[in-house]
Amino acid sequence: MSAVIMEITGSLAIVGYGLGAIGPGIGVGLIFASVIQGTARQPEARGAMMGTAWIGFAVCEALAIIGIALAFVFSG
Amino acid sequence: MSGLLLSVVPLETFEAPGVASFEHAAQPLFEGVPWLDKYMLQAIVSVVLILAFWLIMSRKNAMVPSKSQFIGETAYFFVRNSIARDMIGHDFRKYLPLLIALFSFVLVNNLWGVFPLTLMPTAAHVSWAYGLAGLVWVVYNGVGIAKHGPIGYLKHTVLPSGVPWFMWPLIIPLEFASNIIVRPMTLCLRLFANMFAGHLLVLVFVLGGEYLLLHSEPIVNKIAGGFSLLFSMAIFSLEIFVQCLQAFIFTVLTAVYISSAAAEEH
Repeated sequence: MSAVIMEITGSLAIVGYGLGAIGPGIGVGLIFASVIQGTARQPEARGAMMGTAWIGFAVCEALAIIGIALAFVFSG
Repeated sequence: MSGLLLSVVPLETFEAPGVASFEHAAQPLFEGVPWLDKYMLQAIVSVVLILAFWLIMSRKNAMVPSKSQFIGETAYFFVRNSIARDMIGHDFRKYLPLLIALFSFVLVNNLWGVFPLTLMPTAAHVSWAYGLAGLVWVVYNGVGIAKHGPIGYLKHTVLPSGVPWFMWPLIIPLEFASNIIVRPMTLCLRLFANMFAGHLLVLVFVLGGEYLLLHSEPIVNKIAGGFSLLFSMAIFSLEIFVQCLQAFIFTVLTAVYISSAAAEEH
C-alpha cells in the first residue's frame, strides 16, 4: 500500500496564477454587476457608467494579466 | 485501486499542448524569406481584406442603401456610436479613422483563430500585440502632449486634480506607473493572453480527444474522447465570442485612454 498512486509534475507557478485570478475575477464581476444594476435603475446613464466601468475593468484585470505574465516568467 | 486509476488515465504517453504548439507558426513559410511567417501572412491578408471591405462598402453610397452598404453602415455606426461617441464625447471625429482601423484589424486577425485554413490568431504571437499596444501608447500620449504641452500633460497625467499636497508622494508614482507603464502593458497582454489561452484551450480539447479516441484502449476513454471532440465545437463558439469581445475591448480602451489624455481639467 506504499506505492505512489500518481505523481503530479508541472509548474507551481500555474497553480499560483489560478489562485491569483480569483481576486480579479471577483472584482470584474462586482464592476459589471454594479453597471447592470445602475442601468436598470437609470437606463439613460448607461453611457457615462460604461466609460468608468471600462477603466475599472482594465485596472482590475491588470492584476490577472500581470499574474499570467509572472506565471510564464517563473514557470521556466 | 491504484492500478485501475493508472490504466484508465494513461497520462504518461500523452504530450500535452503548450508553448511549443505555437512554434510552427513562427517558422518562415518560404526558404530565403525570413520575415514571412504565418502571422505575417495573416496580417497582410487581413489588411487587404479590410481595405477591400471598406472600399466596396463606401463606393456607391445612396440615400436608399443597398444590402452591402447597409452592412458597412452597421459596422461603421457600431464603432462610431457605441465606441467613439460614448467614450470620447463631442470631439470624437478626429479619432474615428484610427478606431475603425484598429477595430477591423484586431477583429479580423482574431478571427483567423477560428477560420478553418489558418486556425491561429495573429495576436497569439506576443510581438503583434506589443506592436498594436505601442501604437496606441504613442497616439494617446501624443494627443495629450498636443493638447496640454509636455509639462502640462505630465502634470495632468500624474496628478489628478483635488489631491491634497501630503498625498502627492504616494499618488504621483502610482499614477505615473498606472498611466504610462501599466496601461500599454496590459493592453498588449490582455489581447495576447486571451488569444494564446483560447488557442491552447481548443488544442487541449482536440488533441486530448483525439488521443483518448484513437490511442487508448478502454471503451470509457473512447466515449470521453468522442465527447471531447464534439465539445471542442462549443469551445470554438466560445472563442468566436471572446475574439469579438477582445477586439471591442481593445478599441474601447484605446478610446478611453485617448479621452482621458485629452480631457480638460474640471
